[in-house]
Amino acid sequence: MNIVVAMKQVPDLQQVRIRNREPVFTDVPLVLGNIDKNALEAAVAIKESGDANVIALSAGNEDVEDTIKEALAAGADEAFLVLDDKLNGAESGVVAQVLAAAVKKIDDVGLILFGEGSGDNYSGQVGSRVAELLGLPQVAYASALELKGDKALVTRSLEDCTEIVEVTLPAVVTVLSDINEARIPSVTQILKAGKKPKEVLELDEVGVKIPPAASVVTVSNLAPETERKRIVVKSVAELIQSLTTEGVIGR
Amino acid sequence: MATFMIYSSKEKQALELITAAKSVGAAAVKAVCINDEAQANALAAAGAEVLLINNDAISLADVAAVASALGQVAAQLGADTILLSSDRRGKEAAGRLAAILDAGCLTDISAIKANGDKIECQRNALGGATVATQYIASDKKIIAIRPKTFDAPGAGSGSVNAMTVDVKASAVKLIETKTRGGDSVDIEAAEALVVVGQGLNSKDDLPAVEALAKKLGGEVACSKPVATDKKWLSEERIVGLSGKKCKPELAIILGISGQVQFTVGIRDAKVIVAVNSDENATINGMADYILTADMHDVIKEMNSSL
Ligand SMILES: Cc1cc2nc3c(=O)[nH]c(=O)nc-3n(C[C@H](O)[C@H](O)[C@H](O)COP(=O)(O)OP(=O)(O)OC[C@H]3O[C@@H](n4cnc5c(N)ncnc54)[C@H](O)[C@@H]3O)c2cc1C
Repeated sequence: MNIVVAMKQVPDLQQVRIRNREPVFTDVPLVLGNIDKNALEAAVAIKESGDANVIALSAGNEDVEDTIKEALAAGADEAFLVLDDKLNGAESGVVAQVLAAAVKKIDDVGLILFGEGSGDNYSGQVGSRVAELLGLPQVAYASALELKGDKALVTRSLEDCTEIVEVTLPAVVTVLSDINEARIPSVTQILKAGKKPKEVLELDEVGVKIPPAASVVTVSNLAPETERKRIVVKSVAELIQSLTTEGVIGR
Repeated sequence: MATFMIYSSKEKQALELITAAKSVGAAAVKAVCINDEAQANALAAAGAEVLLINNDAISLADVAAVASALGQVAAQLGADTILLSSDRRGKEAAGRLAAILDAGCLTDISAIKANGDKIECQRNALGGATVATQYIASDKKIIAIRPKTFDAPGAGSGSVNAMTVDVKASAVKLIETKTRGGDSVDIEAAEALVVVGQGLNSKDDLPAVEALAKKLGGEVACSKPVATDKKWLSEERIVGLSGKKCKPELAIILGISGQVQFTVGIRDAKVIVAVNSDENATINGMADYILTADMHDVIKEMNSSL
């Protein structure tokens, strides 16, 4: 059985700086989304306890070919990439179509795993969209996942309850970061990653056209204005004094 | 004029969505309820034209069925603007319904505003570093709005009508539901928050943290790993992108590095204090008062001085 893990290349948010309220991406390294790594780990855990082949699937610009090595080092057996500069910053609906079309080209897919939200946009739509496009059942927000024959037992963690559901494979599951701790690959694994098989397709080859008009338009994307005093206090006594003056304690 | 349709599995959030729809000019609000007559009556009493689906074949655990039902109702009503609640169930349904209707979709929306015939939506982007203002340009629109963004509407006189939909045999079977161990704390309502992070040594240090929160007339909150990895506090207490957005008068933040997914949940606090053993901690950049010290000592000293 193949387990496909959809992974998104995102800028390393810890290195994005804000200048004049605008995010600055120059020289920010590209990485895979954090929760996507938990999805990969979940797939690799299944592989290690049974029999499965893990395929890291990603759609994006040419840089993905390099970024995806992280996934190959962390346990994916192969990569399936749809690369096109037109996919730079593509919207959820388009990416879902590309991923769904790619999955159709892979045989014997039992599970398609996603992180619950991408590292940069965190809108959590793509997993659900892909499930619908492929006509597959889905369970999102998984905090546990176990395979049982042709079914998966998934714990879906909601705000006020958890549900244990049994879903017939093939299925789409999106995972929470607390499902596991993603492994950090060793140097040897990183070196070997470059030799693992990679299938690279272009947008035309999966038959998806980018629509001329965007369905979501961004008017602005600015850091909120924050003015903080940044006063360094030397002691608890000094802190309590200041907070009393502010009128926020001892009311 | 847009035709609005709303849906949430939760009555409180569905009520908020009625207010949301009205805030952007909806004259009439159609609401879908699935196997929940009590919710249908409550929404009708708030003025909504409710379409009630009673169908045992639809389980909320099977979002494919829920989305399919919503898609069928939307088609029958000619609804083009669909508001959902951006809780986990709502977000899970949003993407699926968007694919069915070929709709543009925005989730985690914290404000909406009509601007001509556009509905401008705000959401956090880049992990919370920025706030994006976006609108959906496609004919069909799905907007998932964060709980508590709007108040419940006043009384109105709506209606409840039955609606039938066809759903496929489900591939998802609910085995068991476990309610969360009742932590009913509402950190968003607290005037003061003592927020602890991974700098906290152990669970045994929590009573002192709780004592401090009590002295300040507030609540204990935490960064995500303290709840989801260490499980020392309930997930109800997480501040940040995947937790709560809080605006207390006072936030004392102890042993938290200050990554953007955390700070987005506290940046609207009036006064922010950062206590961290690292004088270069990122959190210091967004604090009003910075104390470089061991958080355990600070908690102890504050408890004895206050
Ligand atoms: C999509 C996504 C969503 C997320 N959502 C959230 C969210 O909602 N909320 C959230 O919090 N995180 C969230 N995160 C995780 C976030 O990125 C950080 O990993 C997390 O906030 C770090 O928690 P922390 O600051 O407690 O721990 P750390 O980053 O480990 O920081 C611990 C800090 O404690 C200090 N310290 C250590 N010992 C002491 C001591 N004795 N006294 C004083 N200080 C000490 C250290 O100097 C350090 O600064 C999310 C991540 C992703 C990818």
